[in-house]
Amino acid sequence: MTDPTASKRDDMRLLKPVVSTVLGWASLVAVVVLALFGLWGAPPDEVQSDAQRLMYIHVPAAWIAYLAFGVTALGSALWLWPRTRSSVWDRVAGASAEIGVIFTALTLILGSLWGRPVWGVWWAWDARLVTTAVLFFLYLGYLALRRIPTSPESRAKRCSIAALIAFVDVPIVHFSVNWWRTLHQQGTVFNEQLDAKIHGVMAFTLWFGVLAFTLLYVYLLDRRYRLLALDEDREDREVELAIAERVAAERPVGNVSSAPVGGSAQ
Amino acid sequence: MNLWREVKLVAGKDLRIEARSKVTLQQIVPFGMIVLLLFAFALDPDRGILRRVAPGLFWVTVLLAALLAVSRSFGIEADNGARDGLRLSGLDGPALFLGKAAALAIELLALEVVLTLVVVLVYGIHLNTWLPLTLATIAATIGVAATGTLYGVLAAGLRVRETLVPVLLLPVVAPVLLGATRAWEAAIDGIPSDAWPWVGLLGVFALLFTAIGMLAFGPLLEEA
Amino acid sequence: MPHVVRLRAAVCLLGRFPALAGVDLDAATGEIVLLSGPNGAGKTTLLRLLAGLVPLYSGEASVLGVDLAVDRKSARRDLALVGHETFCYDDLTVRENLLFSARAAGRSAAEADAALERLGLTRQADVAHRRLSSGQRRRLAIAVAMSRDPRLLLLDEPHAGLDAEGREVLDAVVRAAPAEGRTVLMASHELEHARAMVTREVAITSGQAGVRHDAAPTPASPQPTSTPENVS
Repeated sequence: MTDPTASKRDDMRLLKPVVSTVLGWASLVAVVVLALFGLWGAPPDEVQSDAQRLMYIHVPAAWIAYLAFGVTALGSALWLWPRTRSSVWDRVAGASAEIGVIFTALTLILGSLWGRPVWGVWWAWDARLVTTAVLFFLYLGYLALRRIPTSPESRAKRCSIAALIAFVDVPIVHFSVNWWRTLHQQGTVFNEQLDAKIHGVMAFTLWFGVLAFTLLYVYLLDRRYRLLALDEDREDREVELAIAERVAAERPVGNVSSAPVGGSAQ
Repeated sequence: MNLWREVKLVAGKDLRIEARSKVTLQQIVPFGMIVLLLFAFALDPDRGILRRVAPGLFWVTVLLAALLAVSRSFGIEADNGARDGLRLSGLDGPALFLGKAAALAIELLALEVVLTLVVVLVYGIHLNTWLPLTLATIAATIGVAATGTLYGVLAAGLRVRETLVPVLLLPVVAPVLLGATRAWEAAIDGIPSDAWPWVGLLGVFALLFTAIGMLAFGPLLEEA
Repeated sequence: MPHVVRLRAAVCLLGRFPALAGVDLDAATGEIVLLSGPNGAGKTTLLRLLAGLVPLYSGEASVLGVDLAVDRKSARRDLALVGHETFCYDDLTVRENLLFSARAAGRSAAEADAALERLGLTRQADVAHRRLSSGQRRRLAIAVAMSRDPRLLLLDEPHAGLDAEGREVLDAVVRAAPAEGRTVLMASHELEHARAMVTREVAITSGQAGVRHDAAPTPASPQPTSTPENVS
């Protein structure tokens, strides 16, 4: 027996239910394993000791922050392009941005926590950190734009253009900050420690972290997407209902004639 | 009608309104001057800091004033259904964008001339090399005007327009602040030839966002 | 006769509210069509749809041969809307506003001045828009429309706020339209006054055009059925 209130649309989710459930469990397990490796399995760093373990979350979080941003930009571009325009892409862009902003905040906080014991400061003007901070604000702006109540098409058009502008801007920000810091020769000290060569168990843990977070990202994207799709579906049905109500509304008896009226034009 | 004539028509309209209402002259320029003054209060002129950070303060002030100027540029389109009028006018998106951005750039340049005088006289800096400084300023102003006009139309018609535009605009123009400040520092206190790479960056930014604006203005105006 | 306006089951949303809930409408060149109906019926939305200012949600709509579902912009060059607002700038004078509108539409200053005269605004030519009375603003809005020399004139309650002299000027413009090759769609509450000028009337109610309450035509009724398509 089909549920008469269920949507007949086929764009209500990104992943099949089975895949989504498996992915959810897989990412949970992966994150737990990551925690185990990160906290115990991998050896402490020679120079930075245990503080360096934050890297196992900080770097994957940064990866997701930028991946999510790229997905938002891609979704926006696909929505803007007339031939591929579909509300699927707008929802993907919006869902990805919501996840991305969280991971960006996480990256910044972890970067700060990592930096304090290592460099003695809560913040460093390294090109990557600064660019990530700007990214965070670009996300916030995009999400503020998404919150504004307008029609879905209007909102999608504004948001998609804003996302693409931001996407174009990020490399410019990175480039200019990098240039600025290398001129001041302070960048290299921090970069050395961020780029420290790692191998063996540490390298494995790092890559495993990237994998675990990516699985988590895809799972969250699908779930958030579903909520957005359900929301829009409800709105569409409210519109159909409103149209039907208006058509059935009180109408005048008879009609004004359609033949020439009064003394006509002269 | 060709693009250039349409641009002149739109820019002329905005500048004529400014000449009549004098909002930039009587409100935005004083705002800029007050902000520079407040910075002096905050940074204590006697300790020699002001002189060193003058370029940065100048450009931060210009950006804040630009927020007001963008708000004004689209404020005039909010009354009497003027936005509908622009859509119905038959003017093309690129022409509308270039016209409004050009008018905004001219107003900002006028503001910058006044603020430069303030910074030279009050903060005590000396402008030695004119060319890189001027080119950097022009490129930066075009970049800010283009991006401001772009976000102005994006937020046009929204009730939260005035609080939304700053949140959207400022992160995006961060490279302009960076480049313009470094160019000024090089031209004033450092090696003037160091300024040229930054002038290049500012130029690229200006061109890029002018191009984006020309493409996006029309579609965004339709949604406003 | 070629259709200037053709709507079939047109639905238009304002937010989520269906301001137009399925409108059928036709207008041919040289017609003067009156849109009557109560407040909130959808007359303004209908005119704005034809001007391409609001998107079509469903149904068909074409204006001056342009399909509005595909392209809302192209038809604007040849039409003009006189709405509730003047589309002008407060700090500019009457003449400056007219010049801007005319030049934007590719017309000359002479045509702007001609519209100024026609609407009897010559004495207000150098008055700033913000100082105009509502009647003068209404005349300016009509002048702005006429300075574009439109083939389709969309008037939204144009008589509102006009004094006797203003009404005469407006009526003259409307009556002269067919001879000038223009089509006019006019929404108005001034039914008796407007009916004297128009060639046809369409009632708009609840976002629909001229729908009959009872389904079958009664034998006593001498008129053809309600849909405007049956105009001969």
